[in-house]
Amino acid sequence: MALVNVKTKEVKVKIVYYGPGRGGKTTNLEYINNTYRNQIKSEMVSLKTQDDRTLFFDFLPFDIGRIKGFKVIIQLYTVPGQVKYNATRRLVLKGVDGIVFVADIQKFQRKRNIESLNQLYENLKTHNLDLFELPLVMQYNKVDLANKGEDVIPTKILQQDLNSVLRVPAFEASALGGGNVMKTLKKIISMTLASIQDQLF
Amino acid sequence: MFNQEQLNAIDTIIKSHLIDSGVENVIYIDLAGNSITQHDNGNSTLDYMAFAALAAGNFAAVDAMAKLIGESEFSLLFHKGEKSSIHFSKVTEDTILITMFPKTISLGIVRLKVAKVVTEINEICSA
Repeated sequence: MALVNVKTKEVKVKIVYYGPGRGGKTTNLEYINNTYRNQIKSEMVSLKTQDDRTLFFDFLPFDIGRIKGFKVIIQLYTVPGQVKYNATRRLVLKGVDGIVFVADIQKFQRKRNIESLNQLYENLKTHNLDLFELPLVMQYNKVDLANKGEDVIPTKILQQDLNSVLRVPAFEASALGGGNVMKTLKKIISMTLASIQDQLF
Repeated sequence: MFNQEQLNAIDTIIKSHLIDSGVENVIYIDLAGNSITQHDNGNSTLDYMAFAALAAGNFAAVDAMAKLIGESEFSLLFHKGEKSSIHFSKVTEDTILITMFPKTISLGIVRLKVAKVVTEINEICSA
């Protein structure tokens, strides 16, 4: 739940990038951090293993100006994608306001995408949250690989696998090059702010 | 969620019990990693937002470890450094108080002062 501070007139919103390992969650945040470095006051925090995999989370906060007198601070988090870190993923989801599900479109990741989404549903339940009620955006990442002749899952199949019931906005993206990274971010921010406006005003 | 009166009272309690006792920084956060209020002795350049996110993660990880060994919680954490140390204390079900203090102040005093702050914040919450 977003933290609204009536004294400092600040709203802090938590958006979590979730998805299977090596899917591009950290790369999304790195692209945002590098592109908007001059406007972001805080440093990006990354808790990584020695081989550069996310161990706990990445954290990137930035403010997006004021809405009705409240300074809105967006706090982006990623979860570790590796299967063994599910307890940690659950911790990071505490207090989440919006989720970007980063799916990996490489063919061999098809099963992992589905498993990760199912686990997200289960993990949210432990916090008494319902995936069907939370703001959620799908991101089908690594579309650049299709141009390089890699075996990828067509978007139609990804939609069937991951989004046929949820029916949330979905973007084809390339986090490495920045393709649709900002569109994904803008969409989840606008959906999350719309969902918490009752709390605010 | 705290109203303005509660936030004002919490600020006063933290200032009078901790900052005025020579503590360097105090951050009051929720378990989602949001800073509710923060105070320092005027000489701090701490990145509060990053610190709050890391502290909540740290506390949550230790809490999960406690459950694995059958403890309901470890309500107190302490990290000792060469020049500064950090003391974590659970305040309510959803909030933690983090106190950073120099080596000139003893852990005992900090624990005593933090205990007072925790009691008084809980009184404010239940009032």
